[in-house]
Amino acid sequence: MTRSVSSGPSRTLPQYGALAAVLLANWLLFPDFFSIRLQDGRLFGSLIDVLNRGAPVALLAIGMTMVIATRGVDLSVGAVMAISGAVAATLTQAGWGLTPVLAASLGAGLLCGLWNGLLVAVLRIQPIIATLILMVAGRGIAQLVTEGQIVTFTSPDLAFIGSGSFLTVPMPVVITAVLLGVTALLVRMTALGLMIEAVGVNRLSSAGAGVNTPVVLIAVYVWCGLCAAVAGLVVAADIRGADANNAGLWLELDAILAVVVGGTSLLGGRFGLLLSVVGALILQAMNTGILLSGFKPEFNLIVKAGVLMIVLLLQSPTLTLFLPRPARPRPVQPPAPSRAKPESPSPSAGA
Amino acid sequence: MTDPTPTASPPLLAIRGLSKAFLGVQALDGVDFTVRHGEIHALLGENGAGKSTLIKTLTGVYQRDAGTVTLEGRAIAPRGVEEAQRLHIGTVYQEVNLLPNLSVAENLFLGRQPMRFGFVDRGAMRRRARAVLLPYGLSLDVTAPLGRFSVATQQIVAIARAVDMSAKVLILDEPTASLDAQEVTVLFKVMRTLRSRGIGIVFVTHFLDQVYALCDRITVLRNGRLVGERRTAELPRIDLVAMMLGRELEAAAHRIAPTMDDAEEDARPPLVRFRGYGKARSVEPFDLDIRPGEVVGLAGLLGSGRTETARLVFGMDRADRGEAAVDGQAVRLRGPRDAIRLGFGFCPEDRKKEGIVGALSVRENIILALQARQGWLRPIPRRRQEEIADRFIRLLDIRTPHAEQPIQLLSGGNQQKALLARWLATEPRLLILDEPTRGIDVGAHAEIIRLIERLCADGMALLVVSSELEEIVAYSRRVVVLRDRRHVAELRGGEVAVDRIVAAIASEPAVAGEPRP
Repeated sequence: MTRSVSSGPSRTLPQYGALAAVLLANWLLFPDFFSIRLQDGRLFGSLIDVLNRGAPVALLAIGMTMVIATRGVDLSVGAVMAISGAVAATLTQAGWGLTPVLAASLGAGLLCGLWNGLLVAVLRIQPIIATLILMVAGRGIAQLVTEGQIVTFTSPDLAFIGSGSFLTVPMPVVITAVLLGVTALLVRMTALGLMIEAVGVNRLSSAGAGVNTPVVLIAVYVWCGLCAAVAGLVVAADIRGADANNAGLWLELDAILAVVVGGTSLLGGRFGLLLSVVGALILQAMNTGILLSGFKPEFNLIVKAGVLMIVLLLQSPTLTLFLPRPARPRPVQPPAPSRAKPESPSPSAGA
Repeated sequence: MTDPTPTASPPLLAIRGLSKAFLGVQALDGVDFTVRHGEIHALLGENGAGKSTLIKTLTGVYQRDAGTVTLEGRAIAPRGVEEAQRLHIGTVYQEVNLLPNLSVAENLFLGRQPMRFGFVDRGAMRRRARAVLLPYGLSLDVTAPLGRFSVATQQIVAIARAVDMSAKVLILDEPTASLDAQEVTVLFKVMRTLRSRGIGIVFVTHFLDQVYALCDRITVLRNGRLVGERRTAELPRIDLVAMMLGRELEAAAHRIAPTMDDAEEDARPPLVRFRGYGKARSVEPFDLDIRPGEVVGLAGLLGSGRTETARLVFGMDRADRGEAAVDGQAVRLRGPRDAIRLGFGFCPEDRKKEGIVGALSVRENIILALQARQGWLRPIPRRRQEEIADRFIRLLDIRTPHAEQPIQLLSGGNQQKALLARWLATEPRLLILDEPTRGIDVGAHAEIIRLIERLCADGMALLVVSSELEEIVAYSRRVVVLRDRRHVAELRGGEVAVDRIVAAIASEPAVAGEPRP
């Protein structure tokens, strides 16, 4: 993850700063915010709650980051959560063991991602439309799996994923950390990260340089589907049941918001996995803060919209013209004539 | 007035002293252009000659800096294509500027629908649409969306719309670029009919055969200046090409028999061998051999099929006929990845769109092809990447503050050198360069030419497309000359000379397609 964002701390500072600011605001509203206690071998406290509740969106954001880095978007992750939860709950209720349940549930997520990837990479459908199909159909599939019921289960094995703990840390947090680590290794220890960024910046040039663009695109959508399936499992395991109508509802938008807050541009290219998770935690910390402060939960949505507005304003080309330029650490350049001649578009209009 | 055929009435359209500059670059410099009633007038010129600028300034897309435009003696100054249309100047672009989702009838009457009681009178619109299209020999379902018809039909609809809106001057900007022979014939018939009705047609094209088949007069621009206006019947092809390329030519030099060296050269087995290789609507089937340590130049006018040939060789476009072989083994080029595996590299003409990955660093751009060939599972260690990048930055003298600079911040010439580095890092056997020196400064220009010669001496095979004939002659052992999407000549050894290339470009087609008017 060291190289996730190319130019050092100045790029990553706003995100960590925002997280710190939100946490600080929570602490001012609720002085006990940072207190953590150990109870029955598991950590409790508001901060732990932020991590725990933020886990599903953080999981989605991990996969979504790479999709967005290829200049795409995956609107179906909420629906895929519903499918994986429905599969897990239904099969558990039917008496399957933990391992086959996990395999079936994650497999469903992989298949969903493969479907999205094929639509985007092979049929070249615009990502927002391609994934809209599964966003709509996915919830229907989940309802078919649960036969329209809210399926509940009692298996402690599966429930452990949602409410258990490992070395005192809640399982959702552990799972998120592991998936973040595995994903980071996968993209940064191989050349996959470079290829994802190259495809996102310029698909034509990348293909011309021999990058297997369809495979890269399919891979990111498959991984995004997998992340969504893990998130769906965590949620279903936590509530010990699957609600095909509401599981993961609107979470795709939170995931996109987390990625954007984390600084990955919707125009594709450079991405930061850790920063997207930080983005998800910022959102969750705001959620928790509003709940703790006693405001109505409805404020949540408005505050969220406000944050999105600020982030997008900071990225807006119109506005950045009026803002002081952020101090970018650019090494001293020789007064070389080499940079002096960017091609102007118009004079070559002769033919 | 410098009208060569003075008549009592003013010419249909007279442009005098038209000038337009962009950011200090003079795109049009005091250009005169005259269109008469009932003529088809070809507006010709190479890249950057100013054809598009002339049309856009004439129709008011750009505001002119100086000059006058008069239509039938009345000074006009439209401020856009729509206003030009109201002033009787209709424009039809290569990419039809109509709305493919709307019906043919709606497109014909967009913005001027027949109204009845405040609503669009659809019945009347359909009837009038059919009536408008009848003279063009088009009887089609006018309620069907325009996008469902061929480009040729769409173009005729666009022409019909312009003419129906009382156009006296019709500007056709490369209308035939994406049409097949059959469609071109239909379009030409329409154009001749309109000419007989007294409409003046400005015809922009890259196809010389079409100019001679159809046009009454020719105006040639070069580097934003008027080179001259001639009657087609009085302008031999060779003079036309000379006007376009801007050189005085003696009669074509004697054919020099290939020297012994050339014969020996030709006996060497080729690295790559193409037979009957081609693609419909892109480039006619061609034969091409390239040997190691040989530079083969592709010369021709803009749109002659040079770039298309280069793209087929690299698999950027997929051929639909013919065979390819490398080292005598038949191969299939289904995409760049196939070509790269065979040891090919390709620097495209449009560096920004198809070459660089702008937001990534110089280092990442340089190692991209090598990394892609190795596959994502075998990442090049960061240290090694830096070594490769630094080596080529030094070797090719790429002017960048450091290897981590985003490549989009470099100048055109340095971007080009970085792209060359990308391929050199893969140690290619065949390097295909499409306009490697376009839009780059003089210093980088010379360096790239020296590099081409050095690579060739090291035994690499190169296929180079360039509009700069002197440049091609300087480094090519053989030059393939293209015209109208066809390989028309291959010059070798002592034959490789600018005037021979020009003569080949200007040579008459073997089979006359269209009868002369």
